[in-house]
Amino acid sequence: MLKSFADYIVFTIIGLVPGSRSGESLNFFIYDTLKIFLLLTTIIFVVAIIRTSFPPEKTKRMLSHKREYVGNVLAALLGIVTPFCSCSAVPLFIGFVESGVPLGVTFSFLISSPMVNEVALIMLWGLFGWKIALIYIGSGLLVAIFAGIVIGKLKMEKYVQDYVWEMQVGNAEIVEQTFRQKIDYAREYTLELLKKIWPYVVIGVGLGAFIHGYVPQDFLARWAGRDNPFAVPIAVALGVPLYSNAAGVIPIVHALMEKGMAIGTVLAFMMAVTALSLPEAIILKNVLKNRLLAVFFGIVAMAIVCVGYLFNAIL
Amino acid sequence: MKIEILGTGCSKCKTLYDNAKKAVEESGKEAEVVKVEEIPKIMAYGVMSTPALVVDGKVKLSGKVASVAEILGML
Repeated sequence: MLKSFADYIVFTIIGLVPGSRSGESLNFFIYDTLKIFLLLTTIIFVVAIIRTSFPPEKTKRMLSHKREYVGNVLAALLGIVTPFCSCSAVPLFIGFVESGVPLGVTFSFLISSPMVNEVALIMLWGLFGWKIALIYIGSGLLVAIFAGIVIGKLKMEKYVQDYVWEMQVGNAEIVEQTFRQKIDYAREYTLELLKKIWPYVVIGVGLGAFIHGYVPQDFLARWAGRDNPFAVPIAVALGVPLYSNAAGVIPIVHALMEKGMAIGTVLAFMMAVTALSLPEAIILKNVLKNRLLAVFFGIVAMAIVCVGYLFNAIL
Repeated sequence: MKIEILGTGCSKCKTLYDNAKKAVEESGKEAEVVKVEEIPKIMAYGVMSTPALVVDGKVKLSGKVASVAEILGML
């Protein structure tokens, strides 16, 4: 239905020729923008309602004194449904470790929460299909579980800033929200998020449409194809500074894949964009000493590179 | 009455602070609205997602911005 609407606008109303570069680019742009905004609005709303049942205080209680392995798996899964904003990463981190959540388990949560987020998933589902979206969730969880276990094994508690261990943490009662409040919250959250990301989506889809129509097929196959062993690490390195623009990055990457970028490289790039970011590193520096911060970034980056190679090899 | 807005200075914290000020004005009650930005003080309330709103030492809301009308209901 969306497809015929886009066809109607571009080829009937504007009168561009089907198959022409400008026609195909504009058609692609209108179709993708409509599809993504429809998906974003409905899914963000549903996810926001689910999240009202998982406040971080509750997640903390579920994870406190959990053993490694089981704790890491649970933490990575809870990371999907617990709302997380990098601006509250510090109180969240302190709240977790103070209440006895093991350090490695805390990291599994901190890695999975921003990486497996609804905006990235919707964009992947809308543009790449549900299979790629599921692979992204699965490998994102694996990276979070694995990196958390390794950090736990390395016994790095002494590289957490000292004041964190001396902090007195109170016990806030969680005020249960009524259904009406949950709906209101979800509506506001959806509007707020859409307001924030819509320019990135439009610009990203616009650039993607341009690449789709104007860049020659197989243009990237030589550099970003599966035969270049450096493509994955370079993609990960490029992904770190692109934080918060996941909504704009995915449509561009989608178009690049059409031009020959390999799927594992695409996934690794996406994960680096969402999981590793400079602003988050700066915020986490408040609670982590440099050594632990470097270990955290290093292990996650390595795990993501491995995921990239794996999917380049098997898909 | 004392209203505290907990948060490390993000834009949402500012919005919540402004809304709380307006709510106090509308209610006509005698209340002081203060920002709390120090992590140890925020943690002492057990709050893990900011911004949060505390009325007379009780956490009424955390992790979201409340509207003026909502805050009026908490006073």
